[in-house]
Amino acid sequence: MSEAWAVVLLVGAFTIAFKGAGPVVLGGRALPEQLSNAFELLAPALLAALVVTQAVGSKDGIVIDTRLVGVAAGVVAILLRAPLIVVIVVAAAATALARLL
Amino acid sequence: MTSSYREGAKRLAILTPAAFSFGAAFGVLAGTEGFDPAAAIVMSATTFAGAAQFAAVTVLEDGGTVAAAVAAAVLLNLRYLAISIAIAPDFEGSRPRRFVESQMIVDESWAISQVGQGRVDRRVLVGAGLVLFPFWVGGTAVGALAGDVIGDPARLGFDGALPALFLALLVTQLVDRRAKLAALAGGAIALVLIPLTPPGIPVIAASGACLWGLRRR
Repeated sequence: MSEAWAVVLLVGAFTIAFKGAGPVVLGGRALPEQLSNAFELLAPALLAALVVTQAVGSKDGIVIDTRLVGVAAGVVAILLRAPLIVVIVVAAAATALARLL
Repeated sequence: MTSSYREGAKRLAILTPAAFSFGAAFGVLAGTEGFDPAAAIVMSATTFAGAAQFAAVTVLEDGGTVAAAVAAAVLLNLRYLAISIAIAPDFEGSRPRRFVESQMIVDESWAISQVGQGRVDRRVLVGAGLVLFPFWVGGTAVGALAGDVIGDPARLGFDGALPALFLALLVTQLVDRRAKLAALAGGAIALVLIPLTPPGIPVIAASGACLWGLRRR
């Protein structure tokens, strides 16, 4: 088996198990209130971390590059209450343009 | 299809061009890394989580081992374990049905189906995932099969669009002071850990910021 297929099958199996674990094992049972209070904060915490890692992260640590131009353009679009697809297109275009210059 | 599934499909529709493009970008990248097109397509259909797929391929590209590539992707996807436990109460019906529907959990479908208190509207989530899936897998197929024609995905600015996408999703989550503090903490944890840990760890560690919510409301 090639390295690629090994990665594909292992990552796929883990991910399917992760996604299924809650709904299959716990089903419709409610969680303790304390726990759901914590999970409530999972979305903002993880999304903020994803913003940071995708904007300046790399395998060599923090890297400042043209991605930040895209993020800045995206921020402007968000402040102008642009729809999500506009935010994405504006950010991609700004990143690509900055890279050309 | 009830109106709720349709609502999810409708909300996700605006993201389909982006999903298709990211899928194509993944297909191209995987192709340059020696993945045959079938492997890239199967990965998109089973893992169905962009960031982890990019991470796995990137680690192999950098000369990492299979174990390192799998570890990076699995760490990134550990958040789905937390998410699936958090929203487990929202799933109903038979076990096989809950299993199949749970596979539609992805960042985007989860983010747009939030109903507050960390819970989701399951029908909206599943409807959104069902719309996203063919675009993600189809994009991957196009990228994997026609990679030479498309060229370098970074040239098109996808890498700058990804953080902007997550930022736009984050803004909708900042509903109160607790959420804002959790976001600040999560972002700060990630920033500090990026230079210190392998890719994947900063995002997992940042999820620890939600433990602060255990204290009180």
